[in-house]
Amino acid sequence: MTDRPSLPHNLEPSSDASYLEVLRELVAHLRQNRTQLREEWARRIMGAKFLTAMTNDEILAECSAVYDNYLGALETGSIEALEAYARDLSERIIPRGVETFEVVGIVLLLRDVLARSLFAKYGANQQVLTRVLDAYEPAANRIANTVAVGFVQERERIIRQQQEAIRELSTPVLPVRERLLILPIIGIIDPQRSRQLTEQLLRGIRVNRARVVVMDLTGVPTVDAAVANHLVQTVEAARLVGAEVIVTGLSPELAQTLVTIAVDLGKMATVGDLQGGIEVAEKLLGYKVVPISLQSDP
Amino acid sequence: MDVPILKQRDYLIASIQAVLTDRDLLNLRDKLVQQVGNFRSKGVILDVTGLDVMDSFSVRTLRDMAHMIRLRGADTVIVGIQPEVAFAMVQLGLSLEGVPTALDLEEGLAYLGRIPKRPVPKHRP
Repeated sequence: MTDRPSLPHNLEPSSDASYLEVLRELVAHLRQNRTQLREEWARRIMGAKFLTAMTNDEILAECSAVYDNYLGALETGSIEALEAYARDLSERIIPRGVETFEVVGIVLLLRDVLARSLFAKYGANQQVLTRVLDAYEPAANRIANTVAVGFVQERERIIRQQQEAIRELSTPVLPVRERLLILPIIGIIDPQRSRQLTEQLLRGIRVNRARVVVMDLTGVPTVDAAVANHLVQTVEAARLVGAEVIVTGLSPELAQTLVTIAVDLGKMATVGDLQGGIEVAEKLLGYKVVPISLQSDP
Repeated sequence: MDVPILKQRDYLIASIQAVLTDRDLLNLRDKLVQQVGNFRSKGVILDVTGLDVMDSFSVRTLRDMAHMIRLRGADTVIVGIQPEVAFAMVQLGLSLEGVPTALDLEEGLAYLGRIPKRPVPKHRP
């Protein structure tokens, strides 16, 4: 994953003594009431029907870990430990189907619970309350931000990984015989996929020293003109690299698209289905398939 | 840079290993077309593995070269076009129509070996 320059690692650049003192005091207060606040928080999470994928015990356990990390971040001003914890937590809970709104909601609930407790303690004195909030609010906001961003980034990482996997699976280039490749294409071809297809095919031709390629489009329902053009270009590029391409399994719609964009059919060998294509390819390569019963003994 | 032309039995092999100037390419053309006659070669292999860029001039010159060699009585096959170059060429509409291509030198030799001997032209009375 790339570095993220987005969040500063120190919550508050000011090292103003009175600010630190206030912060220390409020952390002490929150730590003193740890059990009660944590339970209140867990109760509200369950009340809001968040984290239904997890059991109550699990929620309580995660709550105390997050609570301690949260206080740690408040106290030291460093969010690195919390960041790492949030990433780790996300990794664990994403596969269980925890949604972004739940994570954000939970962090905001904790913020709310703690703020209420601070109000209850310092609410009598307006001046003190202001100073406490001055210290608490920015720190709490950054923490909420960190956790939410960490979660979303983890999700995005998983999505990217899956996309990559799907993309690689989507265009296999398979050797069937010496010098013969087949390229079965299934599903919609978008411009990105068609680019990747060309790349894999041309590389496959070199790696396998292929002379003939059967490109099977049976599984492709339809393409737009740009992709059709790209396919034709791929066929020509393959010829330049030294392999002949036989296109098979063109649906009526595909045939119509190719005719509409006025493809020079002289450049493109087409055969009805994959079986026919492989037969023609074998003939080109000098193979002859004969049933054993008809084979004359040497 | 001068491109060496190797003679291998009935074939001539010109291997372009670095980017050529337009002048170099024309020199190669003249020399090859000349030597095809001198050696009575049957085929020419143009190996362009070293070229990572092909502009319209080089493609046109290669095609002209192939056609001229054809008129001098030999076949030409271009080998070793890199995949990226191939796709770039096609996108620019430079697709070497009518000129056979093969993967590499070995395949090029195999291709020339498969071409049947040309029939002796019949003279009409």
